[in-house]
Amino acid sequence: MSDATREATDGRSRVPRSAAAAPGRSTWVASLFRRYLPPALLTLCGVGRWELIVRLAHVPEYLLPTPSEIAVDMKTDWPVLEPALLVTLREILLGFVISAVAGVGLALLLHLFPVVRRAVYPLLIGSQTIPIIVLAPILVILLGYGIMPKLVIVATICFFPIVINGIDGLRSVDGELITMMRTLDASRWAILRRVEFPAALPSIFSGMRIAATFAAIGAVFGEWSGSNQGLGYVMLAATPNLLTTRIFAAIVCLTVIALALFGAVSLLERIFVPWASRGNPMT
Amino acid sequence: MAGTADALAIELREVAKTFGQVVALASISLSVSRHSRVGIVGPSGGGKTTLLQIVAGLLEADTGLVRVEDAASARQRLARCALMPQRDLLLPWRTALDNAAIALENRGLSRAEARNRTRPLFERFGLARFENARPVQLSGGMRQRVSFLRTLMAEKDVLLLDEPFGALDSITRAQMQEWVLQAMDAVPRTVLLVTHDVEEALLLSQRVVVLSERPGRVVAVLDSDHRFEGSRREIVTSPGFVSLKEQALEALGS
Repeated sequence: MSDATREATDGRSRVPRSAAAAPGRSTWVASLFRRYLPPALLTLCGVGRWELIVRLAHVPEYLLPTPSEIAVDMKTDWPVLEPALLVTLREILLGFVISAVAGVGLALLLHLFPVVRRAVYPLLIGSQTIPIIVLAPILVILLGYGIMPKLVIVATICFFPIVINGIDGLRSVDGELITMMRTLDASRWAILRRVEFPAALPSIFSGMRIAATFAAIGAVFGEWSGSNQGLGYVMLAATPNLLTTRIFAAIVCLTVIALALFGAVSLLERIFVPWASRGNPMT
Repeated sequence: MAGTADALAIELREVAKTFGQVVALASISLSVSRHSRVGIVGPSGGGKTTLLQIVAGLLEADTGLVRVEDAASARQRLARCALMPQRDLLLPWRTALDNAAIALENRGLSRAEARNRTRPLFERFGLARFENARPVQLSGGMRQRVSFLRTLMAEKDVLLLDEPFGALDSITRAQMQEWVLQAMDAVPRTVLLVTHDVEEALLLSQRVVVLSERPGRVVAVLDSDHRFEGSRREIVTSPGFVSLKEQALEALGS
């Protein structure tokens, strides 16, 4: 990895063409606007309409709060939400990192040993047909109420897209590149590290972006199956008390975490895979 | 670099190769002496690339003898040959300099050492300003130059060039031919060049072997070993060159 990252970050080009790739501040701001303005406007329209309809129809707050009520609640309930958010954030981040390391590791292992791949690949697909919801209570019985069962659930959910994308990426390398490397004295390890792994990075990041959106679901599942802290627990505890606004506030927190994780993965992709132009579909 | 100057660098004796029902090569015999340049021309699909891959040790011949320097087995041949493919195959995540230096890194040199050894060649062959450029920022001709230097930096005595300029336009191609001639004069190697362009083969090599259509066999061997003087245009239009070209084209047509 260190090799690929060093390659990816060093040496900005000094060729004239790079002038176009280094825009001034104003164009940078303009591109930000172009990228984020449409979704921001759409969100604002939706939120506005929600506010208006709920107010005009006099829907009681315990059935459906208005966005402004949720915003106010985020502030008043912050002492409850903040510790819960930190707990869930930790579960999500740790679980995601575990799944990324294990996923990339397994993808490399299966790629290097085709016999193992043929044996394990069908089992990997098969394992995905088991609904995690069914496993969650068993994990709680096995591992208790702490962070462990949540990590296992988050990692299990995130793991799959990373492994599958990783294997596909490693296998889709141009065969001529490998032949070229063989004529240049490359060992198996050199081919993996200088050709196959960098070539698979865009795929691996695609898998991680999918996984980033799954991670929050996993953490909440885990907490619903048995816990006494976290955003999932806050939602569960708020339900019998009809604290609907607090549930919505927790959902907002979860959404922000998921978006931030997605953004972080996209940012890492931009840093480590600058040569692949596809990168972020939001551009 | 062992052996005398007139020692054989590449020797093929009655080499044949069949893929399924298709006979790609039928009994090819060919020898290339050390630090000479031999061009192979033939119609496309005539097994030229197969021949190079056999010499390089990427393929094993069905019958016949293949020797590259003192090596007979495919594995040992692979260690003695550097192959430049038709497509430049530069790695987009590496800079031009790091692409050219990759063979040195493969042999265990550190990134910094590999760069330091490659940089003088970059300067010598007109790529000095492009060391840190990414392949996407380079023109087709420049990419091919980097690809050639990468092959050269493998520091092997035998260079196998497979249609090295086949994908370039004719103007760039002419420039590249001059550039490679310069490079080859500066850094002598044994060169086996495959091309479908008779002019290119005559210009870049001292001997040209004409292959038939599939199944490939040698139909003519032309010596173009007189030193051509002057610019590329003067050479290409000189009577000696033109008559050689006619002989080659006639052999191809038969």
